Amino acid sequence: MKRAFKMPGFTIGFILAFTFAAAALISFIWSPFGTDGVDIVNKLHTPDATNWFGTDHLGRDIFSMIMVGARTSIAVAIVAVGIGVLLGVPLGLAAAARKGSLLDEVIMRGNDLIFAFPALLIAILITAVFGPSAINAIIAIGIFNIPVFARLSRGGALSLWTRDFVLAARVSGKSRVRISFEHILPNITNLLIVQGTIQFSLGILAEAALSYIGLGAQPPIPSWGRMLADSQTMVSFAPHLALFPGLAIVLTVLGLNLMGDALRDLFDPKLRRDRQ
Amino acid sequence: MSLLNINALKLSIGAAEILHDVSLSVDAGQITAVIGESGSGKSMTAYCVNQLLPRGARAEGKVQFNRQNMLTLDESTLCQMRGTDIGMVFQEPMTALNPVQTIGAQVAETVLIHGAARKVEALKIARETLNRVGLPEAQFPLSRYPHELSGGQRQRVVIAMAIALRPKLLIADEPTTALDVTTQAQIMDLLKRLVQEDGMGLFLISHDLGVVADVADHIVIMRKGKVVEQGATAHIFKHMLHPYTKALFKASSHKPDRAAQPQNTPILEVKNLIRDYALPRKSLVGSVPTFRAVNNVSFTLKKGESLGLVGESGCGKSTLTRAILGLEAIQGGSISINGQEVQAGHTIPRALRRNMQVVFQDPYGSFNPRHKVARLVSEPFHLLSTPPKGPARKAAISEVLTAVGMHPEDADKYIHEFSGGQRQRIAIARALIIKPELIILDEAVSALDVSIRAQILDLLAELSDKLGLSYLFISHDLSVVRAITDRVMVMKSGEIVEEGATEAIFQTPQHDYTRALLAAAPSLEDLMQ
Amino acid sequence: MLIFTLKRLLSLGLSLIAASVAIFFVVEIIPGDPARLMLGINATQDAVDALRTQMGLDQGLLSRYWLWVSGLLQGDFGISYTYRVPVAEMVQGRVWVSLPLALYALLLSTAIAFPIGIIAAAKRGSWADWLVMGGTQLGVAIPNFWFAMIMVSILALKYHLFSAGGFPGWDEPLAALKALTLPAVVLALPQASILARVMRSSLLDTLSEDFMRTARAKGRTARGAMVHHALRNAMIPVLTIIGLQFSFLLAGAIIIEKIFFLPGLGSMIFTAITQRDLIVVESVVMLLVFAVILVTFLVDITYAMVDPRLRRRA
Repeated sequence: MKRAFKMPGFTIGFILAFTFAAAALISFIWSPFGTDGVDIVNKLHTPDATNWFGTDHLGRDIFSMIMVGARTSIAVAIVAVGIGVLLGVPLGLAAAARKGSLLDEVIMRGNDLIFAFPALLIAILITAVFGPSAINAIIAIGIFNIPVFARLSRGGALSLWTRDFVLAARVSGKSRVRISFEHILPNITNLLIVQGTIQFSLGILAEAALSYIGLGAQPPIPSWGRMLADSQTMVSFAPHLALFPGLAIVLTVLGLNLMGDALRDLFDPKLRRDRQ
Repeated sequence: MSLLNINALKLSIGAAEILHDVSLSVDAGQITAVIGESGSGKSMTAYCVNQLLPRGARAEGKVQFNRQNMLTLDESTLCQMRGTDIGMVFQEPMTALNPVQTIGAQVAETVLIHGAARKVEALKIARETLNRVGLPEAQFPLSRYPHELSGGQRQRVVIAMAIALRPKLLIADEPTTALDVTTQAQIMDLLKRLVQEDGMGLFLISHDLGVVADVADHIVIMRKGKVVEQGATAHIFKHMLHPYTKALFKASSHKPDRAAQPQNTPILEVKNLIRDYALPRKSLVGSVPTFRAVNNVSFTLKKGESLGLVGESGCGKSTLTRAILGLEAIQGGSISINGQEVQAGHTIPRALRRNMQVVFQDPYGSFNPRHKVARLVSEPFHLLSTPPKGPARKAAISEVLTAVGMHPEDADKYIHEFSGGQRQRIAIARALIIKPELIILDEAVSALDVSIRAQILDLLAELSDKLGLSYLFISHDLSVVRAITDRVMVMKSGEIVEEGATEAIFQTPQHDYTRALLAAAPSLEDLMQ
Repeated sequence: MLIFTLKRLLSLGLSLIAASVAIFFVVEIIPGDPARLMLGINATQDAVDALRTQMGLDQGLLSRYWLWVSGLLQGDFGISYTYRVPVAEMVQGRVWVSLPLALYALLLSTAIAFPIGIIAAAKRGSWADWLVMGGTQLGVAIPNFWFAMIMVSILALKYHLFSAGGFPGWDEPLAALKALTLPAVVLALPQASILARVMRSSLLDTLSEDFMRTARAKGRTARGAMVHHALRNAMIPVLTIIGLQFSFLLAGAIIIEKIFFLPGLGSMIFTAITQRDLIVVESVVMLLVFAVILVTFLVDITYAMVDPRLRRRA
């Protein structure tokens, strides 16, 4: 961890991501004005000392809405990554443990199938069937994360299965399942952490896109994408409506990506050798 | 004036000084061999000559080639000289060629870059050069891709690229290390022939004294970035002034003392073993084609005996090992351990498995980097129905670490804190901890430098004397097998072609292949006499 | 190479079958009777039954799947529940907006990414590299719909450099291209950022390969070795990403079309969802998936052309 903070990319990324995570947590107990205070008299205020980021067309405080919106973004992205890791990693490990078997073949072809559907299309299909909601957005994004993690862990595991220390474990009579968890999984966690960070940021982008087109979180739950959609017709005379939620998305995603990249450099033994 | 004169060469990369005051020379039509263990700076010296140094490297001193100091030339002059005046051959033929270009294009490229000929003419030169290095047109048309060739053939292509424009100096960086013994000898012969034909100087780098000893005119011994001794080959062999040179020679032909006598009861019996691999389908219909990696192999290993298994890569020795260890199913025959037979189609029961352990080649890949030594060494306890716990477990770990010459405190360290030789000791400790009767050593000393190799061989001899262990010693290195085994088997294309007492086989080989192997393998002892 | 192509074709066919089954059954789960939906609540049961028979809804699951797929194969996408016109007709006009848009964006993304990725790799650690790495990091983080909103308000509404939306049709090719330019740029930018990063890291990987050293030893300059040896080898992972990007671009086009009021498949699918016109959703999704699978196939074939090792394997 100490080494990570020596990298400027990681530090900047961490500060950005941490700020938004903190904003989301704080919003549970406090935000300047709350998000349900419709106050038409004070609508479309530009940023000032009272409303730091201004107010929207219903007079709600944009700063407060961005704080609460962070909740939606982060929650959707975390659960979606969770779905990907919890289902994808075991599938990938199982496929690698029995490379070339029917199981491997089925898992990999299943992955290819999901990859053939653009993520947004899955989301559209799911919302067409079950109706738009944050839960369905999570499922749609999560499904697309499964093959990402399955492929990554299969690839990482395959190269480990040929290593002598895994052979040694097999000579010691350990089962493939046990080896997968005891020897393979700990050695691919670095890969998973890096990919997890990146999928997390992609999840935030995807949630914003889905909310923007009305297939994600439904009002009155505030979300950044939704705020952008609402601002669309007013951009020309109230640009702050679009500016702040957009910046929130950009900075969160940027922060996560910077962290992911720094971690990748940190974990990659090839790069580490270069630095020495 | 020599062709190449290196004088007081210093090299540093970043803050580390890699070479200190290296001086040596290469004459036209002569072979200068630079010998050293890993980290001796021998390759870096070579890279100073054609200035292909890694980023951040700074060289001082003089590298006189053709009356020019290579260290002061600009990049474009250097580019003109590389390929025309100085050719280079690398260690790893599998990766030295561009995988997406034909061999013809890659050899012709040397000619084309330097504008020595037009395309048609360049391809003609490429053809002639490939013929010269022993790749005739009939089997090796210019349109072949690297992945269609074996390691030795690829190394010939790399040599062809290096000599296409008949350079004055050829640098060969461990050109045979990645190759099998017989291929190794052929490549050395080729290099020697080319030196004679073209009158070029050869700067030959190797870690293996035996390989270069009978071709080199001059020998330079390097250690830790310094030249410790150099001179004419015959002179060096006779006098050996520096203690390191002596140690290197002694270690290369080291023979541990062994006292153990094999008993008459067999520990391992292999009968008519067959191992088939499924190959990728060639057509969409029909049955899956198979490759027979091990064909009808039978042998017996007695208690307390050390049995060698010798063969080149792809002969099936690793497959045989895996089958014996029960890692892969066998398609025919049987394996008996301590008289209990396991037929094809059955897995080896745990109770039998605990009689066997293994030590692998790569001291770096043999351990999970995330576990401490105590956990790594005690992993085979999994085979016991009642593994020791608490203090008993700790005592067992301490005992076994001490037995292999390590300290009990090492149990709390991670594996990256140890050197290659120490890791191999820990690997042996892991194999010993459940007190097996048989240890399979799969190229267990092949990746080690000669001095370390000698120590590990001593340890193995000592352990077998003390504990009455049996060894199945698998190696491509004949001198090592000769040093540590009682009996030896020679394997080729999945079959055992010859078997007998080690000394008898080495003195009077019967099979043609064994003879070829022995003829190809360098033996220092013969040279020193 | 022939066997390789045939194998890939076989896998293309299998993927299409699997995808069609998946789509069909997902849509099958939806509660509600399409016939009832089409005719409205006031229709008589007899009328609904008649329509069900006409649409083949009274048949079993398998035969309905077969009906749908065999229809697709003949270019018959069924009849829209809402508009009562063949879906094929509705799709026809719109495909020629969405597809050119995605291809245009793909072209732009490649044209931007290649040079800057190569420069960043060649001048590793220089200010140019830092600039590319920083810029692409930002490019990846900006949501394209937000970027589109900003572009529209600045370039189109304020300075009238581009049309803010709408599509004149391909009768006026130049005007059509102009209408697609801003949407294509918006779509391409994040993808170009990703591609440039992949190009850079792939090139850097290749530059450290042994055969690059061989090329230098032959007398190639650093630049010559890069052009003649590194680029083609570095293309292999880059091709994968280009293939994947096509699918992202097609899907991304759905949103971008909405912002620029382009009459493409995207706006059609939105209307269809709100009207629960499932046969349209089903068919358009299948069409897009078909495009993605086809591109994957083409990428695989290109792979084999770039890398001779793949021609034998597969």
